[in-house]
Amino acid sequence: MTLKKEEGPILNISDLRVTFHTYAGDVKALNGVDLTVRKGEVLGLVGESGCGKSVTSLAVAGLLPRNAEFVGGTITLAGADILKMSREQIRLRRLTDLAMVFQDPMTYLNPVLTIGSQILEIITQEPQLFTSTLVRHRLEEIQSEGKEGPALAAERERLLSMSRTGKAGRREVNRLARHYVISILRKVRLPNPAKVLDMYPFELSGGMRQRVMIAMALVRRPKLLLADEITTALDVTVQAQILQLLRELRNEIDASIILITHDLAVVAEVCDRVAVMYAGNIVELADVDELYSNPLHPYSKGLLASIPRVDEVRTQQVSIGGSVPNLLFPPSGCRFHPRCPMAFGKCSQVKPPLVEVKPGHLVACLLYEE
Amino acid sequence: MAEKEPDRSSQTGRWADTRYMLHLFRQNPIVLAGTLISAASVIIALISGLLVSSTYWNHITPSASLCWNNQLIDWHISNVYNCGGPVYPLGTDLYGRGLLQMIIVAIPVDLQIAFEVVASAMIIGIVLGGVAAYMGGAVDEIILRVTDIFLAVPGILLAIVLLVVLGRTIPILTTAVLITWWPFYVRLARSQVLSEKEKLYVERLRATGAGGARILFRHIIPNTIYPLLIQGTLDIGAVILTVSALMFIGLTPDPKYPELGNLAKQGIQYIFTAPWLILFPGLTLLIISVGFNLLGDGIRDVFDPRLRR
Repeated sequence: MTLKKEEGPILNISDLRVTFHTYAGDVKALNGVDLTVRKGEVLGLVGESGCGKSVTSLAVAGLLPRNAEFVGGTITLAGADILKMSREQIRLRRLTDLAMVFQDPMTYLNPVLTIGSQILEIITQEPQLFTSTLVRHRLEEIQSEGKEGPALAAERERLLSMSRTGKAGRREVNRLARHYVISILRKVRLPNPAKVLDMYPFELSGGMRQRVMIAMALVRRPKLLLADEITTALDVTVQAQILQLLRELRNEIDASIILITHDLAVVAEVCDRVAVMYAGNIVELADVDELYSNPLHPYSKGLLASIPRVDEVRTQQVSIGGSVPNLLFPPSGCRFHPRCPMAFGKCSQVKPPLVEVKPGHLVACLLYEE
Repeated sequence: MAEKEPDRSSQTGRWADTRYMLHLFRQNPIVLAGTLISAASVIIALISGLLVSSTYWNHITPSASLCWNNQLIDWHISNVYNCGGPVYPLGTDLYGRGLLQMIIVAIPVDLQIAFEVVASAMIIGIVLGGVAAYMGGAVDEIILRVTDIFLAVPGILLAIVLLVVLGRTIPILTTAVLITWWPFYVRLARSQVLSEKEKLYVERLRATGAGGARILFRHIIPNTIYPLLIQGTLDIGAVILTVSALMFIGLTPDPKYPELGNLAKQGIQYIFTAPWLILFPGLTLLIISVGFNLLGDGIRDVFDPRLRR
């Protein structure tokens, strides 16, 4: 995969600091996150539980809970600063530019509504945002079917006038949306999409539900897709299918993807670049191959060393010593220094900046400071 | 594609649902009994105008007062009159009106008040309770404190005061019962919404750009409606009993008014000379309220799709 460097970034996070005010004290969840997502790339965001992966994605979507506070930094999505937007603007943005796919597909679907009504609702709640997409899709569909007839010709006339005026009746929108959603469900390889629309979530398997969730995201033609541990709740064979689907889709849809996971194998499978997070910081950012062959940050090294390998006999699992720091009282300086095998004196005093040590390979570690 | 589509070729979704519901009904005799009784009372209420003229209650036939000419039941009471003329299956009352006809006229009156009270209480409860739980903070606090004020006053007493002060008419009676009834629904709806709004699909909806009103009324409320519907069905029986009790202690628009509690009240004076006058209205009340209670108990088993598995 060659990266198109000349295109501007779709998402730019710089020095993002988020603090949660809790009863026990202030949890400094994000401590200056810098991240850039280019157009059309798949970025993996890895790290252990509680390192701030999900907080980062929720912050981008404007979905942080009420007790969260932005202490500093900016988030620029497609050229607009999210932190300066009103709530209504962020809501519309979530409807169009930004889509999220969540971890457990069962609990993220409303159990008492059919799949169809839940997907169609995304379109019908603000139909004016989708009219042109729907009309264009139906016109293409008529074209590709290649059939002719007075009914189809009349429909085409109606659609053309609709796209000119930009106005569409409620029933017309519903009908077009149904066609459109069925095509999207077909795109995520759901068998028998027209029937799935009338089913309830409990009638679908885990893999099918996750496909529905992905379809819900694709319906909006997002510029950025946040996939938050989408394979965690699935069993291994279904995981493979979903990842396969994601790989196929990345070429069809015109979106950048942030894939949040703690599964390094998943990252190797689908991502272009990887960002490794530790305790609210990005500690390393590199192309997938580069990171796997040549990890620089001691944490990334430890993480990669701890993956069990088929071609090795081990009597004991390799792990990084110590445990994740309590973010109520984060370590001073580099947050990894209490667990770092290569730590030296300065590490506990200076927070290392994220610097480019090789072209496209960024590390936040004092070992590599000139 | 490894996932196999469930085999539903012989049946489409909705129809299979309906068939399964009917199956559950048949499985459960108590629900069935409750359903039949409540359905029968609703049907009688709907067609009561066809069976008996709605102004029947205002006719007085002194010559036929306190008659019993039903040959099938012998009361062994010496001074029961046996009037000639048309047969009165349940006898006649003090004003010479057939008791069966009076009960048929009275059922829609009671049911209408009950449905109005429960439906309004449920709507008020869902809106106020839902908004309180969803918005939280000061809104929650204000709505809850208002319900507390209403709950602090004993319900029947409040209704009696309102009826005595404002006048004993049916609309005022309905309003008075409603005023004592709605706070329970606010609390119930609030508690349901509070737990439901933490569900993850709410977060997903927010992530798909849905607004607060849409999330609350289209997604959360349908998920929380079952306990409210059950409570509502149970309460139809309870409201009928409350209304009858108020009528029984004399808060009627008219002594002749066709309402089951009022019929019983008129009958209690003649409990020894004309026992049917209190027996049959009382039995009707009992059967209707038990029927709605049984229905309320069973309704969840049958209609909640989440309990199907």
